[in-house]
Amino acid sequence: MLKTFTKGGIHPKESKFSAGNKIEILPLPKTVTIPISQHIGAPAEPVVAKGEKVKVGQLIAKSTGFVSANVHSSVSGTVVKIDEVSDTSGYKKKAILIDVEGDEWMENIDKSTDLIKDIKLSSEEIVAKILESGIVGLGGATFPSHVKLFVPQGKHLEYLIINGVECEPFLTSDHRLMLEKGEELMIGVSILMKALKVSKAIIGIENNKPDAIKYLDELSKQYSGIEVAALKVKYPQGGEKQLIKALINREVPSGGLPIDVGAVVHNVGTALAVYEAVQKNKPLFERIVTVSGDKLEKTANFLVRIGTHVHELVSAIGGMPYGTGKVINGGPMMGKAITTLEVPVTKGTSGILLFPEKESKREEIQSCIRCAKCVSICAMGLEPYLLMTLSEKGLWDRLEESNVTDCLECGSCSYMCPAHRPIIDYVKYGKSTVIKNIKSRKN
Amino acid sequence: MSNHILTISPSPHIYTSSSVKSIMYGVIIALMPALLVSLFYFGLGALVVVLIAVLSCLIFEWLIAKFLLKVTPSLTDGSAIITGLLLAFNVPSNLPWWIIVIGSLVSIGIGKMTFGGIGNNPFNPALVGRVFLLISFPVQMTSWPKPIVSRLAYTDAITGATPLGVVKEGIKNGESMSGLMGQLPSNLEMLIGNMGGSLGEISAIAIIIGGVYMLIRKIITWHIPVAMLGSVFLFSGILYLANPDVFVNPLFHLVTGGVMLGAVFMATDMVTSPMTKAGMLIFGAGIGILTVIIRDFGAYPEGVSFAILIMNAVVPLLNKIKPKRFGEVKKNG
Repeated sequence: MLKTFTKGGIHPKESKFSAGNKIEILPLPKTVTIPISQHIGAPAEPVVAKGEKVKVGQLIAKSTGFVSANVHSSVSGTVVKIDEVSDTSGYKKKAILIDVEGDEWMENIDKSTDLIKDIKLSSEEIVAKILESGIVGLGGATFPSHVKLFVPQGKHLEYLIINGVECEPFLTSDHRLMLEKGEELMIGVSILMKALKVSKAIIGIENNKPDAIKYLDELSKQYSGIEVAALKVKYPQGGEKQLIKALINREVPSGGLPIDVGAVVHNVGTALAVYEAVQKNKPLFERIVTVSGDKLEKTANFLVRIGTHVHELVSAIGGMPYGTGKVINGGPMMGKAITTLEVPVTKGTSGILLFPEKESKREEIQSCIRCAKCVSICAMGLEPYLLMTLSEKGLWDRLEESNVTDCLECGSCSYMCPAHRPIIDYVKYGKSTVIKNIKSRKN
Repeated sequence: MSNHILTISPSPHIYTSSSVKSIMYGVIIALMPALLVSLFYFGLGALVVVLIAVLSCLIFEWLIAKFLLKVTPSLTDGSAIITGLLLAFNVPSNLPWWIIVIGSLVSIGIGKMTFGGIGNNPFNPALVGRVFLLISFPVQMTSWPKPIVSRLAYTDAITGATPLGVVKEGIKNGESMSGLMGQLPSNLEMLIGNMGGSLGEISAIAIIIGGVYMLIRKIITWHIPVAMLGSVFLFSGILYLANPDVFVNPLFHLVTGGVMLGAVFMATDMVTSPMTKAGMLIFGAGIGILTVIIRDFGAYPEGVSFAILIMNAVVPLLNKIKPKRFGEVKKNG
């Protein structure tokens, strides 16, 4: 029996069309737009001015707090503007616009592909390096990684868990990374283990990637303390709490953090970025992005410089097909629909999906027939139909009592609803209101 | 490319192919084996009753939606067809057409549309209609055509008692249980459906086939049927062991009357059953116990309809039972 989490879960069509597409380097764009806020937490502060020349890997915006992250230039060229521009969220946010000239990297970056196994840096130096390199969670949550390398006083860490689940349909960037950068990944995991002073690491991978499981399992024999675990395919297994439950059978308490059960979770993409930062002195300025969708002629996994506009990725697969109705930044379950292709790829962009018109519109909303599907599939054991009604009616106190704050926002309830009710829309709205209320009570 | 208009909506961007319609038509398909058995044993009568019930339910739903509620009628969702089928399944195959029409009006009108239509009714609509008819027309509602011999008859069918009726009447008249058992069809015949009864309830086998189909399609879960059948078996078994001269054996309870139809198709009605697994188990067990109480101690030989309606009323209370949350932390703990 394969491991998985026990409560709820769904199995949407996997649609991993790009799983066989090798990682391709996307040609350099003519211009990039690099937002100063690509992470959860305080936006970074620009340290370059208009007209200034920058190199690849140069710090262009500095972290402004503990929960914040540095931003580096992904190209060499001239800063043409620092302005408010729309990002993938649709909101205007401050960004640094750079015109590309050549491809001149900072001298201290090791551009070679040589594998460096020997970890010379101490734990403290590793954490400092990760902080300096602007590394954030590359699974999509973009939480600054260095924050998760501090074990709070009184807590005991037992397991480093590496998330190679990639449970969102369509996305294959982590899958390709595990296949093509397996050794770098393993060293990255070892570096994280050293930083965290932990002796056990488990890489969790869903069973729809048997090639990655086999390859990494083979590699893991050369690295002490790293174990590869195959998981049954089930969404939302890539959620931290679900993954911890699946791998070590512990439940993170409601309102708590993974460290409360002795675990910390990092994504495979993050582990690779850690390898590159620590061993190659290369800050985070590029990532792997899946370009896929329904009924596309070509799909791809591109290595993309941060700040590249989405239209460059779409052009590279032959342009937007006639009748495209929706473009999604991220996976189909939790990703955001974007209004225009003139938005930049950021640290959190795991995929760009193109959906035809027919699959872009929602079905007509019908009455709830109380089928109880949403209750039985909720991975957090909540009652989504009830949360929706309470949110619709503005009953915030009852919504809070009903533990709306536990919601992962994984969208399984809306996915499963046969009456096509926008359950998760209302739950998210209600959850944000309740969180605001809780904060204002504390003040 | 800039003139391309893109759709914006919050996630998720993909959905299951299941819909209210596909669920409803799934239930209709699941009802077909029982319908075929009914047509085999009751012939013309069964056909007439089913057609009148389904048609009148559709017509009443359309009329009420259009002229009273002033909403777009949603006949295509299949729910009115199910109400019609289940109402027909719960009446004798010789019921006069006008009584069926009244039953349909009560089912759809009072049972469903008064509360706002699909999804909003607290009670199973077909059972609301059925119980209304049972109380209003007790004679017509308890005259049971004999299977096979009545195939070409409708209201002129030759009638007889149901096995439950035989037992109830016999015990009241002080007959011995072993003597009564001799008057009943064999267990195998009762399992297949060769006995008197409401037209869709007779064949336990056909109903179970429909139930398995719904389980495979994930239209229902096992919780309600298993809890209900289990509690009927357990409770009637205890009574039987206590006094086998007065109380009939538990297997007889399972295959006669509306227990199987109720467990698989009536109690599992999504709209009127609880939302959590724990609630479903209590709901099913409650129906089972009430059924046996009514059958063994009440005035009516059969109690499934009443039991389900009573437990329907308890559903809002059962929905207070919360599912166990992930990482639940006990308060003050």
